[in-house]
Amino acid sequence: MRQPFRIAGASGFWGDRNDALLDQVRGGPIDVVMLDYLAEVTMSILRMKMMRNPQQGYAGDFLKALDPALHDIVERRVKVVTNAGGMNPRACAQAVVELARKKGIAGLRVGLVRGDDILDQLDALAARGFALENLDTGGSFSTIRERVLSANAYLGSEPIAEALRAGAQIVVTGRCTDSALALGPLLARYGWAPHDWNRRAAGIVAGHLLECGGQGSGGNFAGGWEQVPDLANLGYPIAEVEESGEFVVTKHPGLGGLVTPAVLKEQLLYEIGDPTAYVTPDVVADFTTIRLEDLGADRVRVFGIRGRPAPEQLKLSVSYQDGWRNAVALTFVWPHAVERARASERLLRARCEKRGLEIDEIHVDLIGVSGAHGPLAPVPREEPNEVLFRMAIRTRDRESAKRFGEEIAPLVLSGVPGAAAGLLSGRPEESLIVNYWPTLVPRECVRASVEVLES
Amino acid sequence: MRTVLYNLAHARAGDKGDCCNIGLIARRPEFYPVLLREVTADRVKRLFGEWCKGPVERFELPNLEALNFVLHGALGGGALASLRLDTQGKTYGFALLRLEIDVPDGLEVEPLI
Repeated sequence: MRQPFRIAGASGFWGDRNDALLDQVRGGPIDVVMLDYLAEVTMSILRMKMMRNPQQGYAGDFLKALDPALHDIVERRVKVVTNAGGMNPRACAQAVVELARKKGIAGLRVGLVRGDDILDQLDALAARGFALENLDTGGSFSTIRERVLSANAYLGSEPIAEALRAGAQIVVTGRCTDSALALGPLLARYGWAPHDWNRRAAGIVAGHLLECGGQGSGGNFAGGWEQVPDLANLGYPIAEVEESGEFVVTKHPGLGGLVTPAVLKEQLLYEIGDPTAYVTPDVVADFTTIRLEDLGADRVRVFGIRGRPAPEQLKLSVSYQDGWRNAVALTFVWPHAVERARASERLLRARCEKRGLEIDEIHVDLIGVSGAHGPLAPVPREEPNEVLFRMAIRTRDRESAKRFGEEIAPLVLSGVPGAAAGLLSGRPEESLIVNYWPTLVPRECVRASVEVLES
Repeated sequence: MRTVLYNLAHARAGDKGDCCNIGLIARRPEFYPVLLREVTADRVKRLFGEWCKGPVERFELPNLEALNFVLHGALGGGALASLRLDTQGKTYGFALLRLEIDVPDGLEVEPLI
């Protein structure tokens, strides 16, 4: 029987473990490593970085992960596919080439996928009558047009496959779907036909299981975290994919973690909507057709997956400036900690009014009582020993956000007793809110381009 | 018998814009019909109350013995704009698992909590 094609996950977001890549490359035989860095929040953060420095705007952590692993990757001929390029895939790809040069590696081919950034086409799209309404709220694009910072369409797997076919060993993209990082290499390997919806859907499901790194192999596992071995050395998930599209999810045996149907179910359900229509640019996958079979020893067979034709439109992720925020915090201790936190809230509200701060929204958390769940949290039976009082505000007026941060420290001397300074040292500073606007664009407005750089 | 949903199911939650989705998975196949009957979209909407501004949708995945709930307008404006502590709703799965439900007599449920 032919060896299956082995895809290893090594990053689930920007901020994930940088040593997971080396673990995956050294832990056993694999063909491809995929590294996802882009959450909805990430693109806007990268956009702000690029505004400050045009050479930035990509997930620099990828280079930190790659540095200690690059010699092994070249030696073992492992391919690496990542969306670390973020807002600036060219700078990211060039940084990879530069890293290879520094390490004395000649002839490393780095694929660069671009075309997701359509910021400069927004007015033309509007002129052609595309409304770009908010997918979730139906809101009108004109309400944010003047405040837009970035607009990136979600690319699919085809450009990644093209870069690999052109001989790239490392492929860097900007905004593409996380799951395309698996389907792209599979298309390059098996050449599945464009209308082979079932196998494409299988590739997308494999990608969905790998795209969150450790969450696919026992990390953040609510169904029995106590039984997950050695989280400190968690082995990220690996999909062994057959040409038929069936695959087995597993992990390297020498590392920690757990691969069972329950673990995979949690990840399959992660960040999805209607399970019968998981929409990607490549295919619409039906998650209600997925079958799991426990093979034991951290191996689960995944099969039966069905897909339908890809949609005519692509999802577009727009980020825009949406005012300012600031948050302050104080710790109150027994007795009557909750009452004194509430009194401090009233006091702060009065101070904001007295100083004429313009505030659009106020949110208060009592951490230790109801911080994460607000009104859902039951009233504690016993009085808590301490409560962290946190008050956050949102405003269109930067000056008000800034001055709000000045109001917390005085409460230690001029407020109710029993308060310790909050979590942070210094005065809380205001920060820009960069919000997210999901919408759709016609497929023909987005043209992906592929080039290959060489060290 | 009355028990806490935690004893019958586990959950993972995440964000998409201002929506939070919660995947609810039966700990054993025989618990799935109980989830189907007890954990309705209406009950989830009532549980989250003012913290979920929009409707709650429920989807069934009998192949995984699981339900998926999509809570619209449940993140205080979305992960990027929310003023809440848990801006992405990552802990909302555990909030759901507090729900008290009825289970048929004779169904063996291990009391984890």
